[in-house]
Amino acid sequence: MAGFQYFPQTSDDIRAMLDRIGVNSLDDLYADVPADCLYKGEYDLPDAMTEQQVRDFFEGLAAKNPKLKVFAGAGAYDHYTPAVIPYITQRSEFITAYTPYQCEISQGTLRYIFEYQSMICTMTGMDVSNASMYDGPTAAAESMRMMVAQAKKRNTVLVSNTILPQVRGVIATYAKYAGITIKEIKAENGQTSKAALEALIAEGDVAGAIVPSINRFGIIENLEGMADALHVDKALMTIYCDPSALAVLKTPAEWGADIAVGDGQPLGIPLCYGGPYVGFMACTKEHMRKLPGRIVGETRDKEGRRAFVLTLQAREQHIRREKATSNICSNESLMALWVTVYLSLMGPEGMKQVNDLCYQRSHYLYKKLLETGKFEAVFTGAPFLKEFVLKPLVPVAKLQKKLSDAGFFGALETEDGYVSFCVTEKRSYEDIDELVKVI
Amino acid sequence: MSKIIEGLKYSDTHEWVKVEGDIAIIGVTDFAQKEMGEITYVDCPDVDDEVEKGAEFGALESVKAASDLFSPVTGTVVEVNEAVVDDPKLVNDDAFENWIIKVQMSDVSELDALMDASAYKAFIKE
Amino acid sequence: MKYYDKLIFELSKKGRVGYSLPAACTKCKGTDSIPANLLRSKAAELPEVSEMDVVRHYTNLSQMNFGVDTGFYPLGSCTMKYNPKINEEIAAMPAFAGLHPLQKDLKGVDAVYEGMDKALAAITGMKHFTFKPCAGAHGELTGLMIIREYHMSRGDYKRTRIIVPDSAHGTNPASAAVCGLDVVVVKSNANGLVDVEDLKPLLDDTIAGIMMTNPNTLGLFEKDIREIASLVHAAGGLLYYDGANMNPLIGTVRPGDMGFDVMHLNLHKSFSTPHGGGGPGSGPVGVCEKLVPFLGVNVSGFNGNFGVILRAYAYILMLGRENVKMCGKLATLGANYIKESLKDCYKLPIESVCKHEFVFDGLINDGACEGKEGAATLDVAKRLLDYGYHAPTIYFPLLFHQAIMIEPTETESKETLDGFIEVMRKIAAEAAQDPDILHGAPHNTPISRPDETTAARNPILKIQDECVC
Repeated sequence: MAGFQYFPQTSDDIRAMLDRIGVNSLDDLYADVPADCLYKGEYDLPDAMTEQQVRDFFEGLAAKNPKLKVFAGAGAYDHYTPAVIPYITQRSEFITAYTPYQCEISQGTLRYIFEYQSMICTMTGMDVSNASMYDGPTAAAESMRMMVAQAKKRNTVLVSNTILPQVRGVIATYAKYAGITIKEIKAENGQTSKAALEALIAEGDVAGAIVPSINRFGIIENLEGMADALHVDKALMTIYCDPSALAVLKTPAEWGADIAVGDGQPLGIPLCYGGPYVGFMACTKEHMRKLPGRIVGETRDKEGRRAFVLTLQAREQHIRREKATSNICSNESLMALWVTVYLSLMGPEGMKQVNDLCYQRSHYLYKKLLETGKFEAVFTGAPFLKEFVLKPLVPVAKLQKKLSDAGFFGALETEDGYVSFCVTEKRSYEDIDELVKVI
Repeated sequence: MSKIIEGLKYSDTHEWVKVEGDIAIIGVTDFAQKEMGEITYVDCPDVDDEVEKGAEFGALESVKAASDLFSPVTGTVVEVNEAVVDDPKLVNDDAFENWIIKVQMSDVSELDALMDASAYKAFIKE
Repeated sequence: MKYYDKLIFELSKKGRVGYSLPAACTKCKGTDSIPANLLRSKAAELPEVSEMDVVRHYTNLSQMNFGVDTGFYPLGSCTMKYNPKINEEIAAMPAFAGLHPLQKDLKGVDAVYEGMDKALAAITGMKHFTFKPCAGAHGELTGLMIIREYHMSRGDYKRTRIIVPDSAHGTNPASAAVCGLDVVVVKSNANGLVDVEDLKPLLDDTIAGIMMTNPNTLGLFEKDIREIASLVHAAGGLLYYDGANMNPLIGTVRPGDMGFDVMHLNLHKSFSTPHGGGGPGSGPVGVCEKLVPFLGVNVSGFNGNFGVILRAYAYILMLGRENVKMCGKLATLGANYIKESLKDCYKLPIESVCKHEFVFDGLINDGACEGKEGAATLDVAKRLLDYGYHAPTIYFPLLFHQAIMIEPTETESKETLDGFIEVMRKIAAEAAQDPDILHGAPHNTPISRPDETTAARNPILKIQDECVC
């Protein structure tokens, strides 16, 4: 065998190790495997590549992906990533660690998760955050399970039509196999209809509802009175939110929610074709013991020094097995670090400024697009932050083609036949003017 | 050696029952609390919840383990001991003094199937 | 490692900034013009720190952490192999990292998914894979959903029970429960393998299937797997393969050939992607031909953890047809080497050739004597930290009270294993002499053993909790 840089054993090493074990060959280590289970053929894999060949190969693939300026959102937002973040998150001690089971040599991971939990709590106004979920949609699905678990005998969860379709989709998947009934709360003028919510509550069996803070039309929803309507009926409320926008918007806690979930991607995580992102999940103190996933807590070591540990573990799969609050084990720890470093750099002022820039530039694009005469306004007067929909007066496919040919990605078609645009602080006024000119 | 109190009824899942009329006062035995080690949380049902003989009604948690609590009788929860919910250490301190729930029994005859102190003592074989 | 006590919030000073953003337009309206009833009443309490504050703080935190790049990480069932650095470079390429998940006509991306599908199919004997699951447990859930879909598509609605061995990873029963399946436990026999006689009576027409990992969590190959597969299939059930223990089989045995119908892989275990201190992972699910129509279950927002998939693909391309055959074998070699070198000091409950990992049941001589408690597995684990090693997985599987589960992986040299063996022997000698040395461990780490009971009784879960408690 020729040497391979990731396998350090020399043939002498192998010989010496086999001798210690008392077998003759590596194959003998598989003597307990029935012959018909052993694979005798050649593996249908390419020839091994050198490091340079691998780099060339991926550069070749990369060249086949058109490079477009992103004017789309729909759950993934192209915010700026400060250089410090990949620098920190690539540190070996962070990225090559496992889950912090041995707390004495994992205080780095445990501390940043504690900071992350603290930041998610201050952003959402909630009391308790877990250490992260896979992504926003799965966090929403877990909130559905959590609401049903606390409601004991009730089995219906209401989901607003105005939540992003991929969130509704994942909730529907989890609900189907768990035997949970999902009822859709209708939209009215592009927002969750409070009357429809109340009518569904009156039908009974409602464990809780999931509604968005900013919805799939980009509209900032007015959720006034919804928490009360649910709480009167002993049902819970989950709000799905964009954590970047929460720097300025009313928090889930202020709306009276019991659970806040969403995707942390807008906090400086690259688009990366959909992942890795990070789901966040936080709740009120009352529901702390039903929260899924890892949680880090503060304590003291024997010398009285401040120390951090994984805590409340009796909720989790490795202890509770089939009775655990969730099956989640690995989560998105490194992406939680990503978010923590982002929020540390941005601070309250930076977050406000990001939102102001998004607001100003998206409103500028909105105005300019209407002026082209190729779109009609849909939800006039509804407040939006960085994303909005318009009714296209030209064929959508042609419009999208024209944009991508000119180096832009935008005008995503929604299920209602509208097109959506999103503008983050990364897009300059020149970019916007250029896009409008193309249209 | 674990403490066992005469006059109480015991289940094979290590709960004790003290009977007062049709009310069953339920806790866990000293043996159970020792097995668990330092209890960090007592998960209790709510008042008015129905419990069923042999079915779970809550759980004890320690740092690295969880143990379900099974109701020795069928009935309705009439009171939950908030003191042990607030301070789970009380169960470690005295498992018999610090009861967990009180249940209004719907079938008092279910008590007959439970062990008395001497049977429970033999059961845990200390 | 040295102790560093700060939290980023404690470095905050009002007015300090760590960002660099274009100025907002002063003439235009900003977020203040959003109706007041939609705005938060006060700003979030985020730290106000400079860029260098952030860099120093997190560098200091990192120095209280232990990774594969720091030292040997024999954490059983977690397959902590070396994470090649070229993978990181590829995942960070702007032409991948900058792609919006809803972009279409991305030939470079399609080639990655197609190449991975083909490679994983070749390695596992499955037909096709879905890449949506974001971690191993997520893959388990997805695979079980596929099993349920299959039965339901045949109008077979009563199959709502799933068999799980008592030695299974905790995620197996938990995933089954999330999928709405009732768990039926099958026992292990005295050899640590699934008891076929115990299994037979469980197989009726309510069984959706069985979840197994092979080798199992004791590191032992379930040699009756073909018989188990025939029995389960004859009863109308399907076989799920928990790929957490796939590493020793890479290049030697394919789950498809053992009779498994569905499986997941942990790309962060078998295929060298970094675990990141608890994720991101990636848990692609592969199925046999008849289950391909059900691969579309929608379990995550977009296209799975693409960045992780890219890293794994780079690794597989470097492995190639030539090196793949050595992967599992070298992992198995290392595990058996450690086992044979330590079994006179640590209790080996089942004498047998193991695969990628094995389990000891505590020390042979724990040093217990009059008035002194012996050294437990926890104490051995903590003492290892003093000597600069990560501890093995402890107290799992639950079959033994003092389980120490050791998995070295194929990327560790003989010298590294010899060093570990020497230290494990030294610890055993210390325990025999004075177990208190172990009871007090670790002595040389940034913190000593923390009070976990108080942490669970009075949870402090965020910075703001401190002032209250």
